[in-house]
Amino acid sequence: MGMTIAEKILAAHAGRNEVKPGEYIWCKVDATGGFGLRQLEALGIDEVWNPDRVYMVEDHQAPPPTIEVANQVKEMRRLAKKYKIKNFFEFGRHGILHQLFAENGMFAPGELVAMGDSHSTSGGVFNVCSTNSAMDAVLILVFGELWFRVPESVKVVLNGRLPEWCVGKDVILKVAAELGTDFGLYKSVEYTGPVARQMTLAQRWTISNMGVEVGAKFAIFECDEKTEEFLRGRLDRAYTPVFADPDAQYETVHQFDLSNLTPMVALPGDPGNGRPVPEVKDMHIKVDQAFLGSCTNARLEDLEVAARIMKGRTVHPDVRMLVSPASQAVYRDALKAGWLEVLADAGCVVEHSTCGPCYGGHLGVLGDGEVCISSSNRNFPGRMGSPLAQVLLASPATVAASAIAGEVADPRDYL
Amino acid sequence: MADTVCEGNVWKFGDKISTDLMVPGAYVLARRGITDEEAAQYCMRANRPDWAAQVQRGDILVGGVNFACGSSRNWARPIQVLGVSVVLAESISRIGLRNGINTGLPCLVCPGISKFVEEGERLQVDIVSGEVRNLTRGAAIQAQAWPQDSPPFQIMMAGGFERYFRQRLVEAGKIKPQVAAT
Ligand code: SF4
Repeated sequence: MGMTIAEKILAAHAGRNEVKPGEYIWCKVDATGGFGLRQLEALGIDEVWNPDRVYMVEDHQAPPPTIEVANQVKEMRRLAKKYKIKNFFEFGRHGILHQLFAENGMFAPGELVAMGDSHSTSGGVFNVCSTNSAMDAVLILVFGELWFRVPESVKVVLNGRLPEWCVGKDVILKVAAELGTDFGLYKSVEYTGPVARQMTLAQRWTISNMGVEVGAKFAIFECDEKTEEFLRGRLDRAYTPVFADPDAQYETVHQFDLSNLTPMVALPGDPGNGRPVPEVKDMHIKVDQAFLGSCTNARLEDLEVAARIMKGRTVHPDVRMLVSPASQAVYRDALKAGWLEVLADAGCVVEHSTCGPCYGGHLGVLGDGEVCISSSNRNFPGRMGSPLAQVLLASPATVAASAIAGEVADPRDYL
Repeated sequence: MADTVCEGNVWKFGDKISTDLMVPGAYVLARRGITDEEAAQYCMRANRPDWAAQVQRGDILVGGVNFACGSSRNWARPIQVLGVSVVLAESISRIGLRNGINTGLPCLVCPGISKFVEEGERLQVDIVSGEVRNLTRGAAIQAQAWPQDSPPFQIMMAGGFERYFRQRLVEAGKIKPQVAAT
Protein backbone atom coordinates (compact mmCIF):
# COMPACT_ATOMS: atom_id res chain seq x y z
CA MET A 1 0.00 0.00 0.00
CA GLY A 2 1.20 3.53 -0.75
CA MET A 3 2.77 5.70 1.92
CA THR A 4 2.79 9.42 2.68
CA ILE A 5 6.00 11.42 3.07
CA ALA A 6 5.90 11.11 6.87
CA GLU A 7 5.22 7.37 6.78
CA LYS A 8 8.15 6.84 4.43
CA ILE A 9 10.57 8.89 6.50
CA LEU A 10 9.48 7.31 9.79
CA ALA A 11 9.62 3.78 8.35
CA ALA A 12 13.11 4.38 7.00
CA HIS A 13 14.27 5.64 10.40
CA ALA A 14 12.67 2.70 12.20
CA GLY A 15 14.39 0.20 9.89
CA ARG A 16 11.04 -0.97 8.56
CA ASN A 17 9.46 -1.32 5.13
CA GLU A 18 6.23 0.26 6.21
CA VAL A 19 4.48 1.82 9.17
CA LYS A 20 0.83 2.52 9.86
CA PRO A 21 -0.84 5.48 11.59
CA GLY A 22 -1.37 4.84 15.30
CA GLU A 23 1.66 2.57 15.75
CA TYR A 24 4.25 3.44 18.39
CA ILE A 25 7.76 3.04 17.04
CA TRP A 26 11.35 3.85 17.92
CA CYS A 27 13.23 5.81 15.27
CA LYS A 28 16.82 6.82 14.69
CA VAL A 29 16.92 10.61 14.79
CA ASP A 30 19.34 12.56 12.59
CA ALA A 31 19.79 15.75 14.61
CA THR A 32 18.73 17.47 17.83
CA GLY A 33 19.46 20.36 20.22
CA GLY A 34 21.66 20.40 23.30
CA PHE A 35 19.21 21.12 26.14
CA GLY A 36 19.88 17.82 27.91
CA LEU A 37 23.68 18.04 28.19
CA ARG A 38 23.55 19.24 31.75
CA GLN A 39 21.50 16.23 32.74
CA LEU A 40 23.96 13.88 31.03
CA GLU A 41 26.84 15.47 32.87
CA ALA A 42 25.04 15.07 36.19
CA LEU A 43 24.58 11.38 35.44
CA GLY A 44 28.26 10.98 34.56
CA ILE A 45 27.69 10.30 30.86
CA ASP A 46 30.60 11.85 28.98
CA GLU A 47 29.70 11.61 25.34
CA VAL A 48 26.75 12.06 23.02
CA TRP A 49 25.79 9.73 20.22
CA ASN A 50 26.87 12.14 17.48
CA PRO A 51 28.31 15.53 18.48
CA ASP A 52 28.29 16.77 14.88
CA ARG A 53 24.50 16.67 14.80
CA VAL A 54 23.80 18.59 17.98
CA TYR A 55 23.00 22.30 17.54
CA MET A 56 23.03 24.96 20.25
CA VAL A 57 22.36 28.69 20.52
CA GLU A 58 20.93 31.15 23.01
CA ASP A 59 18.29 33.01 21.06
CA HIS A 60 15.51 33.71 23.54
CA GLN A 61 17.47 36.17 25.66
CA ALA A 62 20.34 37.17 23.46
CA PRO A 63 22.66 38.65 24.62
CA PRO A 64 21.88 38.01 28.29
CA PRO A 65 19.81 40.70 30.02
CA THR A 66 20.43 39.32 33.52
CA ILE A 67 23.16 37.63 35.52
CA GLU A 68 21.12 34.41 35.69
CA VAL A 69 20.90 34.18 31.93
CA ALA A 70 24.57 35.10 31.55
CA ASN A 71 25.48 32.23 33.85
CA GLN A 72 23.29 29.83 31.93
CA VAL A 73 24.87 30.80 28.63
CA LYS A 74 28.28 30.39 30.24
CA GLU A 75 27.25 26.85 31.17
CA MET A 76 26.09 26.21 27.61
CA ARG A 77 29.49 27.24 26.26
CA ARG A 78 31.28 24.98 28.71
CA LEU A 79 29.04 22.01 27.95
CA ALA A 80 29.38 22.55 24.19
CA LYS A 81 33.16 22.39 24.55
CA LYS A 82 33.08 19.38 26.84
CA TYR A 83 30.81 17.37 24.53
CA LYS A 84 32.66 18.55 21.38
CA ILE A 85 29.58 20.26 19.91
CA LYS A 86 30.95 22.28 17.01
CA ASN A 87 27.54 23.70 16.16
CA PHE A 88 27.40 26.07 19.10
CA PHE A 89 26.77 29.61 17.90
CA GLU A 90 28.22 32.59 19.73
CA PHE A 91 26.53 36.01 19.73
CA GLY A 92 27.46 37.75 16.51
CA ARG A 93 27.25 34.42 14.65
CA HIS A 94 23.87 33.69 16.15
CA GLY A 95 20.23 33.77 15.13
CA ILE A 96 16.83 32.32 15.94
CA LEU A 97 17.37 28.59 16.06
CA HIS A 98 15.00 27.55 13.28
CA GLN A 99 16.72 29.89 10.83
CA LEU A 100 20.26 29.55 12.13
CA PHE A 101 20.38 25.78 12.31
CA ALA A 102 19.00 25.48 8.77
CA GLU A 103 21.63 27.93 7.50
CA ASN A 104 24.21 25.68 9.11
CA GLY A 105 23.13 22.42 7.57
CA MET A 106 20.85 20.83 10.14
CA PHE A 107 18.22 19.76 7.60
CA ALA A 108 18.48 17.60 4.50
CA PRO A 109 15.47 16.14 2.66
CA GLY A 110 14.32 12.78 4.01
CA GLU A 111 15.75 13.29 7.49
CA LEU A 112 14.10 13.11 10.93
CA VAL A 113 14.82 15.88 13.45
CA ALA A 114 13.45 16.40 16.97
CA MET A 115 14.44 19.22 19.28
CA GLY A 116 13.23 21.35 22.12
CA ASP A 117 11.29 24.21 20.61
CA SER A 118 7.69 24.06 19.51
CA HIS A 119 8.36 25.67 16.12
CA SER A 120 10.60 22.79 15.15
CA THR A 121 7.94 22.02 12.55
CA SER A 122 9.78 24.76 10.59
CA GLY A 123 12.26 22.18 9.29
CA GLY A 124 9.41 20.58 7.33
CA VAL A 125 10.03 23.11 4.57
CA PHE A 126 13.13 21.08 3.68
CA ASN A 127 11.14 17.88 3.14
CA VAL A 128 12.13 16.79 6.63
CA CYS A 129 10.07 15.23 9.42
CA SER A 130 10.93 17.85 12.00
CA THR A 131 9.13 18.22 15.29
CA ASN A 132 9.39 19.11 18.94
CA SER A 133 10.63 16.93 21.72
CA ALA A 134 11.45 18.53 25.03
CA MET A 135 12.89 16.75 28.03
CA ASP A 136 12.91 13.39 26.25
CA ALA A 137 15.36 14.71 23.64
CA VAL A 138 18.11 13.43 25.98
CA LEU A 139 17.21 9.97 24.68
CA ILE A 140 18.52 11.20 21.33
CA LEU A 141 21.66 12.63 22.91
CA VAL A 142 22.50 9.25 24.44
CA PHE A 143 20.98 6.65 22.14
CA GLY A 144 20.34 8.58 18.92
CA GLU A 145 16.71 7.49 19.00
CA LEU A 146 13.27 8.55 20.19
CA TRP A 147 9.76 7.12 20.26
CA PHE A 148 7.07 8.35 17.90
CA ARG A 149 3.44 7.60 17.31
CA VAL A 150 3.01 7.30 13.56
CA PRO A 151 0.67 10.19 12.74
CA GLU A 152 -2.28 10.19 10.40
CA SER A 153 -1.42 12.28 7.34
CA VAL A 154 -3.49 15.16 6.04
CA LYS A 155 -2.97 16.77 2.66
CA VAL A 156 -3.52 20.46 2.02
CA VAL A 157 -3.66 21.28 -1.68
CA LEU A 158 -2.98 24.95 -2.43
CA ASN A 159 -4.60 25.61 -5.80
CA GLY A 160 -4.78 28.59 -8.11
CA ARG A 161 -2.27 31.38 -8.30
CA LEU A 162 -1.33 33.63 -5.38
CA PRO A 163 -2.23 37.27 -6.17
CA GLU A 164 0.48 39.89 -6.00
CA TRP A 165 1.40 41.01 -2.46
CA CYS A 166 -0.09 37.92 -0.89
CA VAL A 167 2.49 35.64 0.69
CA GLY A 168 2.86 32.43 2.69
CA LYS A 169 1.75 34.19 5.87
CA ASP A 170 -1.57 35.14 4.29
CA VAL A 171 -1.97 31.54 3.13
CA ILE A 172 -1.41 29.98 6.54
CA LEU A 173 -3.64 32.53 8.28
CA LYS A 174 -6.34 31.64 5.75
CA VAL A 175 -5.82 27.91 6.25
CA ALA A 176 -5.92 28.28 10.05
CA ALA A 177 -9.06 30.44 9.85
CA GLU A 178 -10.88 27.97 7.59
CA LEU A 179 -9.80 24.67 9.13
CA GLY A 180 -9.22 25.73 12.74
CA THR A 181 -6.05 25.69 14.81
CA ASP A 182 -6.45 22.03 15.70
CA PHE A 183 -7.06 20.46 12.29
CA GLY A 184 -3.50 19.15 12.32
CA LEU A 185 -3.57 17.82 15.88
CA TYR A 186 -1.25 14.77 16.20
CA LYS A 187 -1.06 14.70 12.40
CA SER A 188 1.47 15.14 9.64
CA VAL A 189 0.32 17.92 7.31
CA GLU A 190 1.67 17.77 3.76
CA TYR A 191 1.38 20.94 1.65
CA THR A 192 1.26 20.59 -2.10
CA GLY A 193 -0.34 22.09 -5.22
CA PRO A 194 0.45 24.93 -7.64
CA VAL A 195 0.72 27.63 -4.97
CA ALA A 196 3.10 25.46 -2.93
CA ARG A 197 5.35 25.38 -5.98
CA GLN A 198 4.79 29.06 -6.79
CA MET A 199 5.82 30.30 -3.35
CA THR A 200 9.41 31.17 -2.52
CA LEU A 201 11.19 28.91 -0.04
CA ALA A 202 10.89 31.65 2.59
CA GLN A 203 7.11 31.76 2.14
CA ARG A 204 6.79 28.00 2.49
CA TRP A 205 9.01 28.24 5.55
CA THR A 206 6.43 30.50 7.23
CA ILE A 207 3.80 27.80 6.65
CA SER A 208 5.96 24.99 8.04
CA ASN A 209 6.88 27.25 10.95
CA MET A 210 3.21 27.76 11.80
CA GLY A 211 2.62 24.03 11.51
CA VAL A 212 2.43 23.94 15.28
CA GLU A 213 -0.21 26.71 15.21
CA VAL A 214 -2.51 24.25 13.44
CA GLY A 215 -1.54 21.51 15.88
CA ALA A 216 0.67 19.56 13.49
CA LYS A 217 3.45 17.17 14.38
CA PHE A 218 5.09 17.68 10.97
CA ALA A 219 4.36 20.35 8.31
CA ILE A 220 6.08 19.06 5.19
CA PHE A 221 6.73 20.37 1.70
CA GLU A 222 8.14 18.49 -1.25
CA CYS A 223 11.73 19.14 -2.27
CA ASP A 224 12.22 21.11 -5.50
CA GLU A 225 14.86 23.34 -7.10
CA LYS A 226 14.11 26.16 -4.62
CA THR A 227 14.83 23.81 -1.72
CA GLU A 228 18.00 22.61 -3.36
CA GLU A 229 19.17 26.12 -4.10
CA PHE A 230 19.00 27.02 -0.41
CA LEU A 231 20.76 23.83 0.65
CA ARG A 232 23.58 24.12 -1.87
CA GLY A 233 26.92 24.53 -0.14
CA ARG A 234 25.41 24.06 3.34
CA LEU A 235 25.51 20.26 3.57
CA ASP A 236 28.32 17.78 3.99
CA ARG A 237 26.18 14.77 3.15
CA ALA A 238 24.08 13.37 0.32
CA TYR A 239 20.31 13.17 0.55
CA THR A 240 17.33 11.71 -1.26
CA PRO A 241 14.10 13.73 -1.47
CA VAL A 242 11.00 11.83 -0.37
CA PHE A 243 7.71 12.00 -2.26
CA ALA A 244 4.37 10.52 -1.33
CA ASP A 245 3.22 7.49 -3.30
CA PRO A 246 0.36 8.19 -5.73
CA ASP A 247 -1.85 5.80 -3.74
CA ALA A 248 -0.82 7.13 -0.30
CA GLN A 249 -3.61 7.18 2.26
CA TYR A 250 -4.58 10.58 3.66
CA GLU A 251 -7.07 10.90 6.46
CA THR A 252 -8.37 14.07 4.82
CA VAL A 253 -7.53 16.14 1.75
CA HIS A 254 -8.26 19.87 2.01
CA GLN A 255 -8.47 21.92 -1.19
CA PHE A 256 -7.94 25.68 -1.27
CA ASP A 257 -8.32 28.01 -4.20
CA LEU A 258 -6.10 30.98 -3.45
CA SER A 259 -6.50 33.02 -6.62
CA ASN A 260 -8.72 35.54 -4.84
CA LEU A 261 -6.84 35.64 -1.55
CA THR A 262 -6.36 39.05 0.06
CA PRO A 263 -3.83 39.94 2.76
CA MET A 264 -4.94 38.40 6.06
CA VAL A 265 -4.68 39.48 9.67
CA ALA A 266 -5.40 37.34 12.73
CA LEU A 267 -7.32 39.23 15.40
CA PRO A 268 -6.12 38.93 19.01
CA GLY A 269 -6.43 35.72 21.00
CA ASP A 270 -5.76 32.91 18.57
CA PRO A 271 -3.85 32.40 15.31
CA GLY A 272 -7.09 31.00 13.87
CA ASN A 273 -8.81 34.41 14.11
CA GLY A 274 -7.74 35.34 10.57
CA ARG A 275 -9.82 37.86 8.62
CA PRO A 276 -9.24 39.63 5.29
CA VAL A 277 -7.34 42.87 5.80
CA PRO A 278 -9.83 44.95 3.74
CA GLU A 279 -12.53 43.96 6.25
CA VAL A 280 -10.37 44.64 9.32
CA LYS A 281 -9.18 47.95 7.89
CA ASP A 282 -12.68 49.35 8.30
CA MET A 283 -12.55 48.54 12.01
CA HIS A 284 -9.77 51.17 12.44
CA ILE A 285 -7.80 49.17 15.00
CA LYS A 286 -5.05 51.45 16.33
CA VAL A 287 -1.65 49.91 17.01
CA ASP A 288 0.99 50.95 19.55
CA GLN A 289 3.72 48.64 18.34
CA ALA A 290 4.59 46.92 15.07
CA PHE A 291 6.98 43.98 15.20
CA LEU A 292 8.79 42.64 12.17
CA GLY A 293 10.73 39.66 13.43
CA SER A 294 10.68 36.06 14.69
CA CYS A 295 11.33 32.68 13.11
CA THR A 296 8.09 33.10 11.14
CA ASN A 297 8.77 36.19 9.04
CA ALA A 298 12.11 37.95 9.37
CA ARG A 299 14.00 36.59 6.40
CA LEU A 300 15.65 38.74 3.75
CA GLU A 301 12.60 39.04 1.50
CA ASP A 302 10.45 39.93 4.53
CA LEU A 303 12.77 42.81 5.41
CA GLU A 304 12.90 43.78 1.74
CA VAL A 305 9.14 44.09 1.29
CA ALA A 306 8.87 46.13 4.50
CA ALA A 307 11.68 48.40 3.32
CA ARG A 308 10.04 48.88 -0.08
CA ILE A 309 6.82 49.94 1.62
CA MET A 310 8.56 52.22 4.11
CA LYS A 311 11.02 53.85 1.75
CA GLY A 312 10.49 57.60 1.91
CA ARG A 313 7.81 57.20 4.57
CA THR A 314 7.92 57.29 8.35
CA VAL A 315 6.50 55.27 11.19
CA HIS A 316 3.31 56.87 12.54
CA PRO A 317 4.02 59.25 15.46
CA ASP A 318 2.01 57.10 17.91
CA VAL A 319 3.70 53.85 16.90
CA ARG A 320 7.08 52.26 17.50
CA MET A 321 8.24 49.63 15.08
CA LEU A 322 10.76 46.96 16.05
CA VAL A 323 12.73 45.03 13.45
CA SER A 324 14.77 41.94 14.26
CA PRO A 325 16.22 39.81 11.44
CA ALA A 326 15.90 36.03 11.71
CA SER A 327 19.65 35.52 12.00
CA GLN A 328 22.92 37.36 11.95
CA ALA A 329 23.39 36.18 8.35
CA VAL A 330 20.06 37.73 7.38
CA TYR A 331 21.03 40.87 9.29
CA ARG A 332 24.24 41.20 7.28
CA ASP A 333 22.52 40.53 3.97
CA ALA A 334 19.83 43.10 4.75
CA LEU A 335 22.48 45.57 5.87
CA LYS A 336 24.44 45.19 2.65
CA ALA A 337 21.28 45.39 0.55
CA GLY A 338 20.41 48.68 2.23
CA TRP A 339 17.09 47.51 3.70
CA LEU A 340 18.09 48.14 7.30
CA GLU A 341 19.10 51.67 6.44
CA VAL A 342 15.70 52.33 4.86
CA LEU A 343 13.94 50.91 7.92
CA ALA A 344 16.07 52.94 10.33
CA ASP A 345 15.46 56.07 8.28
CA ALA A 346 11.73 55.42 8.54
CA GLY A 347 12.10 55.46 12.32
CA CYS A 348 12.24 51.75 13.14
CA VAL A 349 14.26 50.29 15.99
CA VAL A 350 16.55 47.85 14.21
CA GLU A 351 17.52 45.18 16.72
CA HIS A 352 19.92 42.30 16.32
CA SER A 353 18.53 38.82 15.74
CA THR A 354 16.54 37.74 18.79
CA CYS A 355 13.38 36.02 19.93
CA GLY A 356 12.93 38.75 22.56
CA PRO A 357 9.74 40.62 21.60
CA CYS A 358 8.03 37.57 20.06
CA TYR A 359 7.44 35.84 23.39
CA GLY A 360 7.33 38.89 25.64
CA GLY A 361 10.84 38.24 26.89
CA HIS A 362 12.83 41.41 26.32
CA LEU A 363 13.73 44.17 23.86
CA GLY A 364 10.14 45.27 23.35
CA VAL A 365 7.64 43.86 25.85
CA LEU A 366 4.04 45.12 25.68
CA GLY A 367 2.41 47.05 28.52
CA ASP A 368 -1.17 46.86 29.79
CA GLY A 369 -3.77 47.46 27.11
CA GLU A 370 -1.27 47.95 24.30
CA VAL A 371 -1.88 46.61 20.80
CA CYS A 372 0.84 45.12 18.61
CA ILE A 373 0.70 44.00 15.00
CA SER A 374 3.32 41.32 14.58
CA SER A 375 4.84 39.20 11.83
CA SER A 376 5.32 36.38 14.36
CA ASN A 377 3.18 33.30 14.91
CA ARG A 378 1.27 33.55 18.20
CA ASN A 379 -1.26 36.01 19.56
CA PHE A 380 -2.48 34.22 22.68
CA PRO A 381 -3.25 36.46 25.67
CA GLY A 382 -0.01 37.29 27.46
CA ARG A 383 2.17 36.22 24.55
CA MET A 384 4.11 39.44 24.04
CA GLY A 385 4.07 40.77 27.58
CA SER A 386 1.15 42.06 29.63
CA PRO A 387 -1.82 39.71 29.79
CA LEU A 388 -3.88 42.83 29.05
CA ALA A 389 -2.06 43.53 25.78
CA GLN A 390 -3.37 42.40 22.41
CA VAL A 391 -1.53 40.94 19.44
CA LEU A 392 -2.56 40.79 15.79
CA LEU A 393 -0.68 38.58 13.33
CA ALA A 394 0.03 39.54 9.74
CA SER A 395 2.56 39.42 6.92
CA PRO A 396 5.62 41.70 6.93
CA ALA A 397 3.96 43.90 4.29
CA THR A 398 0.82 44.37 6.40
CA VAL A 399 2.91 45.05 9.50
CA ALA A 400 4.89 47.74 7.68
CA ALA A 401 1.79 49.37 6.19
CA SER A 402 0.09 49.40 9.61
CA ALA A 403 3.14 50.97 11.25
CA ILE A 404 2.88 53.86 8.80
CA ALA A 405 -0.90 54.21 9.11
CA GLY A 406 -1.02 53.85 12.90
CA GLU A 407 -3.82 51.32 12.48
CA VAL A 408 -4.33 48.04 10.65
CA ALA A 409 -3.73 48.89 6.99
CA ASP A 410 -3.74 47.17 3.62
CA PRO A 411 -0.21 46.92 2.16
CA ARG A 412 -1.65 47.17 -1.33
CA ASP A 413 -2.51 50.80 -0.62
CA TYR A 414 1.19 51.53 -0.10
CA LEU A 415 2.89 49.58 -2.87
CA MET B 1 4.13 5.99 40.68
CA ALA B 2 1.16 7.48 42.45
CA ASP B 3 -2.16 5.67 42.65
CA THR B 4 -3.56 4.60 39.34
CA VAL B 5 -6.99 5.73 40.48
CA CYS B 6 -7.32 9.44 41.21
CA GLU B 7 -10.26 11.10 42.88
CA GLY B 8 -10.80 14.82 43.12
CA ASN B 9 -12.85 17.93 42.52
CA VAL B 10 -13.02 19.42 39.07
CA TRP B 11 -11.77 22.74 37.76
CA LYS B 12 -13.10 23.33 34.32
CA PHE B 13 -11.37 25.35 31.65
CA GLY B 14 -12.50 26.12 28.13
CA ASP B 15 -11.00 25.41 24.72
CA LYS B 16 -7.44 26.18 23.66
CA ILE B 17 -5.88 26.84 27.04
CA SER B 18 -2.38 27.81 25.84
CA THR B 19 1.00 27.44 27.47
CA ASP B 20 1.20 31.24 27.37
CA LEU B 21 -1.62 31.20 29.94
CA MET B 22 -0.05 28.55 32.15
CA VAL B 23 3.56 29.70 31.86
CA PRO B 24 3.39 33.42 30.95
CA GLY B 25 6.62 34.42 29.21
CA ALA B 26 6.92 37.88 30.68
CA TYR B 27 6.51 36.68 34.29
CA VAL B 28 8.20 33.31 34.16
CA LEU B 29 10.41 32.77 31.13
CA ALA B 30 12.03 36.16 31.28
CA ARG B 31 13.06 35.40 34.88
CA ARG B 32 15.19 32.31 34.73
CA GLY B 33 16.08 30.86 38.05
CA ILE B 34 12.53 31.44 39.34
CA THR B 35 11.44 28.46 41.48
CA ASP B 36 8.72 26.08 40.30
CA GLU B 37 6.59 27.12 43.27
CA GLU B 38 6.82 30.81 42.43
CA ALA B 39 6.28 30.20 38.71
CA ALA B 40 3.11 28.25 39.54
CA GLN B 41 1.60 31.35 41.14
CA TYR B 42 1.42 32.98 37.67
CA CYS B 43 -0.41 30.02 36.14
CA MET B 44 -3.66 31.15 34.41
CA ARG B 45 -3.11 34.72 35.58
CA ALA B 46 -4.46 36.19 32.32
CA ASN B 47 -7.66 34.13 32.21
CA ARG B 48 -8.36 33.27 35.86
CA PRO B 49 -6.24 35.35 38.21
CA ASP B 50 -7.26 33.69 41.51
CA TRP B 51 -7.03 30.11 40.38
CA ALA B 52 -3.48 29.32 41.47
CA ALA B 53 -4.37 30.29 45.03
CA GLN B 54 -7.60 28.26 45.07
CA VAL B 55 -6.62 24.92 43.60
CA GLN B 56 -6.24 22.08 46.12
CA ARG B 57 -4.06 18.99 46.20
CA GLY B 58 -5.74 16.16 44.31
CA ASP B 59 -8.01 18.39 42.22
CA ILE B 60 -8.70 17.40 38.64
CA LEU B 61 -8.29 19.76 35.71
CA VAL B 62 -10.71 19.42 32.80
CA GLY B 63 -9.86 21.19 29.55
CA GLY B 64 -11.63 21.66 26.23
CA VAL B 65 -10.16 21.17 22.77
CA ASN B 66 -6.45 21.57 22.03
CA PHE B 67 -5.51 21.91 25.68
CA ALA B 68 -1.89 23.11 26.23
CA CYS B 69 -1.59 24.44 22.71
CA GLY B 70 1.25 26.77 21.87
CA SER B 71 4.85 26.60 22.92
CA SER B 72 6.86 23.71 24.35
CA ARG B 73 7.07 25.39 27.75
CA ASN B 74 6.46 22.85 30.45
CA TRP B 75 2.92 23.74 31.42
CA ALA B 76 2.58 20.51 33.40
CA ARG B 77 5.12 21.44 36.04
CA PRO B 78 3.16 24.38 37.51
CA ILE B 79 -0.06 22.38 37.26
CA GLN B 80 1.58 19.51 39.12
CA VAL B 81 3.12 21.85 41.70
CA LEU B 82 -0.33 23.32 42.36
CA GLY B 83 -1.49 19.82 43.27
CA VAL B 84 -3.54 18.73 40.25
CA SER B 85 -3.63 14.91 40.12
CA VAL B 86 -4.79 14.29 36.56
CA VAL B 87 -5.70 16.27 33.44
CA LEU B 88 -8.59 15.31 31.18
CA ALA B 89 -9.40 17.21 27.98
CA GLU B 90 -11.39 16.91 24.78
CA SER B 91 -8.05 16.99 22.99
CA ILE B 92 -4.53 17.89 24.04
CA SER B 93 -1.82 19.41 21.86
CA ARG B 94 0.83 16.95 20.78
CA ILE B 95 3.64 18.79 22.55
CA GLY B 96 1.48 19.41 25.59
CA LEU B 97 0.60 15.75 25.91
CA ARG B 98 4.22 14.71 25.65
CA ASN B 99 5.25 17.29 28.26
CA GLY B 100 2.48 16.21 30.62
CA ILE B 101 3.38 12.52 30.46
CA ASN B 102 7.10 13.26 30.72
CA THR B 103 6.52 15.42 33.79
CA GLY B 104 4.68 12.55 35.47
CA LEU B 105 1.32 14.29 35.40
CA PRO B 106 -1.20 11.76 34.08
CA CYS B 107 -3.02 13.17 31.05
CA LEU B 108 -5.86 11.50 29.19
CA VAL B 109 -7.72 12.57 26.10
CA CYS B 110 -11.41 12.20 26.86
CA PRO B 111 -13.84 13.22 24.12
CA GLY B 112 -17.14 14.39 25.65
CA ILE B 113 -15.66 15.33 29.02
CA SER B 114 -16.73 19.01 28.87
CA LYS B 115 -20.40 18.03 28.73
CA PHE B 116 -19.96 15.18 31.20
CA VAL B 117 -18.82 17.20 34.19
CA GLU B 118 -19.35 20.64 35.71
CA GLU B 119 -16.91 22.58 37.81
CA GLY B 120 -16.88 21.53 41.47
CA GLU B 121 -18.21 18.03 40.79
CA ARG B 122 -16.19 15.06 41.92
CA LEU B 123 -14.53 12.63 39.51
CA GLN B 124 -12.79 9.31 39.89
CA VAL B 125 -10.31 8.53 37.12
CA ASP B 126 -8.57 5.23 36.43
CA ILE B 127 -5.50 6.32 34.50
CA VAL B 128 -4.78 2.78 33.28
CA SER B 129 -8.20 1.74 31.99
CA GLY B 130 -9.32 5.28 31.19
CA GLU B 131 -12.61 4.91 33.06
CA VAL B 132 -13.91 8.25 34.35
CA ARG B 133 -16.73 8.27 36.92
CA ASN B 134 -18.71 11.32 37.91
CA LEU B 135 -19.24 10.63 41.63
CA THR B 136 -21.54 13.64 42.00
CA ARG B 137 -23.94 12.46 39.31
CA GLY B 138 -23.22 8.75 39.25
CA ALA B 139 -22.36 8.48 35.55
CA ALA B 140 -19.33 7.11 33.67
CA ILE B 141 -17.45 7.97 30.49
CA GLN B 142 -14.47 6.39 28.81
CA ALA B 143 -11.22 8.33 28.19
CA GLN B 144 -8.71 7.07 25.63
CA ALA B 145 -6.48 4.66 27.54
CA TRP B 146 -2.81 4.59 26.58
CA PRO B 147 -1.83 1.28 24.93
CA GLN B 148 0.03 -0.58 27.67
CA ASP B 149 2.96 -1.50 25.45
CA SER B 150 3.49 2.11 24.32
CA PRO B 151 6.40 4.26 25.54
CA PRO B 152 4.11 7.02 26.84
CA PHE B 153 2.26 4.51 29.03
CA GLN B 154 5.54 3.20 30.39
CA ILE B 155 6.76 6.76 31.06
CA MET B 156 3.50 7.68 32.80
CA MET B 157 3.64 4.56 34.96
CA ALA B 158 7.29 5.17 35.83
CA GLY B 159 6.13 8.52 37.25
CA GLY B 160 7.65 10.64 34.52
CA PHE B 161 10.48 10.78 32.06
CA GLU B 162 13.26 11.31 34.59
CA ARG B 163 12.76 7.91 36.19
CA TYR B 164 12.04 6.17 32.92
CA PHE B 165 15.28 7.59 31.49
CA ARG B 166 17.32 6.34 34.43
CA GLN B 167 15.83 2.85 34.04
CA ARG B 168 16.82 2.88 30.36
CA LEU B 169 20.35 4.04 31.18
CA VAL B 170 20.77 1.25 33.74
CA GLU B 171 19.48 -1.35 31.26
CA ALA B 172 21.94 -0.08 28.66
CA GLY B 173 24.80 -0.21 31.16
CA LYS B 174 25.38 3.54 30.85
CA ILE B 175 24.95 4.19 34.58
CA LYS B 176 25.02 2.04 37.70
CA PRO B 177 21.76 1.28 39.51
CA GLN B 178 22.81 3.31 42.56
CA VAL B 179 23.25 6.42 40.38
CA ALA B 180 19.75 5.80 39.05
CA ALA B 181 18.34 5.72 42.56
CA THR B 182 19.69 9.10 43.65
S1 SF4 C 1 11.01 33.77 17.39
FE1 SF4 C 1 9.27 33.44 18.73
S2 SF4 C 1 8.27 31.61 17.99
FE2 SF4 C 1 10.31 31.68 17.06
S3 SF4 C 1 11.59 30.43 18.40
FE3 SF4 C 1 11.75 32.55 19.08
S4 SF4 C 1 10.18 32.79 20.68
FE4 SF4 C 1 9.72 30.94 19.52
